[in-house]
Amino acid sequence: MNVFPIIKRILRQFRRDKRSMALMIVAPLFILTLMWLVLDSETYHPDIATIDVPDPIVEAMENQDAVISQMTEEEALEELREQQLDALIKWEEDHPIVLLEGSEPSANGAVKRVLQETMKAMGGQPDMNPEINFLHGSSDLNLFDNVGPVLIGFFVFFFVFIVGGVSFLRERTQGTLERLLSTPLKRGEIVIGYLGGFGLFTIFQSIIIAAFSIYVLDMFMSGNFWYVMMITFLMAMTALSLGTLLSAYANNEFQMIQFIPLVIVPQVFFSGMFNLETMEPWLRAIGKVMPLTYGAEALRDVMLRGQGFSEFSLQVYILVGFSLLFILLNIVALKRHRRL
Amino acid sequence: MANEIKLSNIAHSFGDETVIKEVNLTVEQGEIFGLLGPSGAGKTTLVKIIVGILNPSEGEAYVQGTKMPSLKQMREIGFMAQSDALYMELSAKENLDFFGAIYGLSPSDRKRRIAEALNVVDLGNHIDKPVDKFSGGMKRRLSLAAAILHEPKVLILDEPTVGIDPVLRQSIWKELNYLKEKGTTIIVTTHVMDEADKCDRLALLRDGYVIAQGSPEQLKQEINAASIEEAFLYYGGARQ
Repeated sequence: MNVFPIIKRILRQFRRDKRSMALMIVAPLFILTLMWLVLDSETYHPDIATIDVPDPIVEAMENQDAVISQMTEEEALEELREQQLDALIKWEEDHPIVLLEGSEPSANGAVKRVLQETMKAMGGQPDMNPEINFLHGSSDLNLFDNVGPVLIGFFVFFFVFIVGGVSFLRERTQGTLERLLSTPLKRGEIVIGYLGGFGLFTIFQSIIIAAFSIYVLDMFMSGNFWYVMMITFLMAMTALSLGTLLSAYANNEFQMIQFIPLVIVPQVFFSGMFNLETMEPWLRAIGKVMPLTYGAEALRDVMLRGQGFSEFSLQVYILVGFSLLFILLNIVALKRHRRL
Repeated sequence: MANEIKLSNIAHSFGDETVIKEVNLTVEQGEIFGLLGPSGAGKTTLVKIIVGILNPSEGEAYVQGTKMPSLKQMREIGFMAQSDALYMELSAKENLDFFGAIYGLSPSDRKRRIAEALNVVDLGNHIDKPVDKFSGGMKRRLSLAAAILHEPKVLILDEPTVGIDPVLRQSIWKELNYLKEKGTTIIVTTHVMDEADKCDRLALLRDGYVIAQGSPEQLKQEINAASIEEAFLYYGGARQ
């Protein structure tokens, strides 16, 4: 039988490659844990502001686990814009008028559920048939529209990470990196040159992906196309600099692929594709170190909320910061191959 | 003649493993200096120290009086690595154009030098062929062309003739001699003993030590050996 020598050989290879072995066991556990943390969370309690709503109805809504605060219309609108509220309910002529923040389908659903349950608890009196309006988006904003901006950011990040990482790795394995280091090129020049070449390509890539999503897939889009471009490009540069950096710690293409479940997949969970507001704050903080969190947030600001640069400038600066940090670390990592 | 390359008390280790021990040698300007030894003797490590890719753990390496590593001095060095450091997707011309540009050759100089270098290695007819269609020997020759492209004063070749047929090997040595006539200092590593006779001077390397150095004739005469191989066995044995 030729099977057994092969089995033996593969087991032997695994024993030599402790990392691949650990990955096959630890990574699935890791991903399963994350999914559990994200999906198995408590019911969402919407934040609702009430304006001139009769007390019995407010009480009934509080019984439905909604977080109710009474405020003036100006305050409520302000907080709604800053996404501190999910909805505001205003009472006019024995009739509620609901204004939903709108960009978060799960929050929309929770507010609607509270209204229905309240209506039931009040025995249908007074008539609670509410008028529902949206601050952002509209009632036909579906799940795809909602996660669309995140998906754009994610796919750009994912593919640039892999392609950039593997090609820099090949530079090392085929000996051309060493050859480059035998020339008067500075380490920084090699890194920047690499990012520059790929950067030009990713501008092209960003245009195609953004245009395809918005104009072909008809993803909900209420902002400026060039902002979408700029953010996807920054995502790509972050992914590229991170990919080339991590490729320094992979010995071959296979080990590069092993970074996907460790570096790429967790970012999806914290990117805003899932509502994290019911998650423990310390767990939510994990998302703060992930580039996709900021890229996705900025893309949602532009595409769903139609906001201007000042609203997502912080995210943009953080992405720039990530890129610069990774570029710097790349230059330092090359010291392993040439000290000067 | 000036000392073009000087190594004093060089030692190098990777982690716990010491691969170069107490190496002292000098290479004169305009000579072909051979580093001869079996694989694992430390030839490549020594060469990388001279090129400036590696910092020696101990000792100092000077090229043209400049302590290595020095980016400025690297401009004057041509290096042909043991692996064919070429971009497989690119054509011969595109590869050379890339390396020429790194060394700051102007577009017109590049064009002229690419044509010259490709003629030297007899690849003039394959200028636009992508490198992944090249045979092993052709890739070796293209690597050599890339190393001599910027007309370096010091040329360092790590196993240049591996996988190259005898006719071509002869033409490569002819070219090395021509470069030497023009004043280029050349260091060649090899594990092929009969190539050693073509060098002006030799250092025999074994287990990280230089076990002997001198001209091929000197090395043979001193112990009445008929060949370098015999001399290598003698010096290698004497050390143990």
